[in-house]
Amino acid sequence: MTALTLKNVWKEYGDQVVLENLSFDVAPRSFVALVGPSGCGKSTLLRLLLGQEKVTRGTILLDGAVLPQEPGPDRGVVYQKYSVFPHLTVLGNVMLGPELQSERIWGRLFGAARRNLKDAAQLMIAEVGLSGSEDKYPAQLSGGMQQRLALAQALMMKPRVLLLDEPFGALDPGIRTDIHQLMKRLWNELPMTVVMVTHDLREAFTLGTRVVALGRTRDRPEEAARYGASIAKDIEIWPPRKAGGDTIFQSEYALGWDDLTPHGAFAGRPDPSTET
Amino acid sequence: MRLINQQLSPPVATALKFAPFALLVLAYLLGSAARLAENPNDKLLPALSSIAAAVDLMAFTPDRRTGDYLLWTDTWSSLKRLSAGLGISTGLALIIGIGVGIVPFLRALLVPFVNFVSMVPPLALLPILFISMGLGETSKIALIVIGVAPIMIRDLAQTVLALPREQIVKAETLSASSWLIALRVVLPQVMPRLLSSLRLQLGPAFLFLIAAEAISADSGLGYRIFLVRRYLSMDVIFPYVAWITFLAASADFAIDRLRRRLFPWSELEGGR
Repeated sequence: MTALTLKNVWKEYGDQVVLENLSFDVAPRSFVALVGPSGCGKSTLLRLLLGQEKVTRGTILLDGAVLPQEPGPDRGVVYQKYSVFPHLTVLGNVMLGPELQSERIWGRLFGAARRNLKDAAQLMIAEVGLSGSEDKYPAQLSGGMQQRLALAQALMMKPRVLLLDEPFGALDPGIRTDIHQLMKRLWNELPMTVVMVTHDLREAFTLGTRVVALGRTRDRPEEAARYGASIAKDIEIWPPRKAGGDTIFQSEYALGWDDLTPHGAFAGRPDPSTET
Repeated sequence: MRLINQQLSPPVATALKFAPFALLVLAYLLGSAARLAENPNDKLLPALSSIAAAVDLMAFTPDRRTGDYLLWTDTWSSLKRLSAGLGISTGLALIIGIGVGIVPFLRALLVPFVNFVSMVPPLALLPILFISMGLGETSKIALIVIGVAPIMIRDLAQTVLALPREQIVKAETLSASSWLIALRVVLPQVMPRLLSSLRLQLGPAFLFLIAAEAISADSGLGYRIFLVRRYLSMDVIFPYVAWITFLAASADFAIDRLRRRLFPWSELEGGR
């Protein structure tokens, strides 16, 4: 059983081959970090998984079924920017997905249904450490808080696959460490598979269960257009990380990492006021 | 210090704000006094007293023939035409602009057509409108719509297309249908721009209104100005022009306040 299967996937734009004959399986609950040089097709691959673009040749299977032709609630996404809606408050952003899903005409819930959803949304907001900011607009949040909000918004849909497109690339190192801890905890607790595009190798090895490096096998300028990127390295992290296993998750702290932040309490941190 | 780095103290800033208005009034008064000194019957720049008398006659004395207070009936009929024209244009802009912005089928169907229609000079259509729709209200409202709506549609479609693609995809992953994306993601985000666009179109809308009224009407601000022009009644024309300007400026101000009130986030995003 695999969460995602790619079989001989090619992606071409006109004459330009971007992805060349990619085949790999992603195990359920794994955390795949996609790395590679700029322009090698990492984000293109993510868009294919999202259903935003179609493969030129080959098939992508999601839980054994052919991937739908357009984005849907089974695949959540967090981008580096523009992941949250500027016209909605934090609470509105988090509630949006379930509201759209359950009310197909106006996309709004009222009465008891709304109150229930609001409670669930507030739990999720607390989970990502944004309690107290429910009524703020995204423009009033720092970059780190916006990405936490984007995660909360995506996770409300309980996606089977969470796709991350350099989600933490624009954050300060300290904030990035905090949000890495959050990301690990969420991945550990929620039944989802994560595929993350990143250009930060350290991030890839910190978070991933597996690091897949894309790269061009042939790089002569005159044939660059005709050969796309394929898998250059496929590394399973050792010792293996398993989602849902408390012990392994906790043991990472005991290994004496150079970073003391994980030792702090999790709920509600970091204090949003200090993260500006 | 460079000019661009100058910091103005609040009293200076206020004084500068009022200075051009004061200069305008002063220039008028001096010019008027000079001309009247030469010829007491000069009609070109009437004294403030004769303007006040004309305002009293137009606004606060019932007309001898009809018993109406002319300024107010003129204002009422002009504003009715203006709001009908702008209302229809705003509605069209909203529906067509969003449709064109998010539905590829409508984009292919309507964009070239709207772009073409927006290049038709509306005033050149005025005779056609008068001939085909008669001299009543319909043709005047139609002129405002034809003059204003295509620009607003183009502007709104551009705004929709400028929304980051990521947001639309994100909404899809949150299970939104095309309709729900239009309703909950696109519509609220383009409303501030629609209001700004409406503000910018107030000027052209008044232009088309006054042009239509000047040619054929039995009341209205533009009608009155062109009527009294025959008698060189600058003492009526000046207050009417000032009144029209005041109406347009208040509408501009009110729409902007409305935008800030209804869409507080748009101010945070830099007044989109």
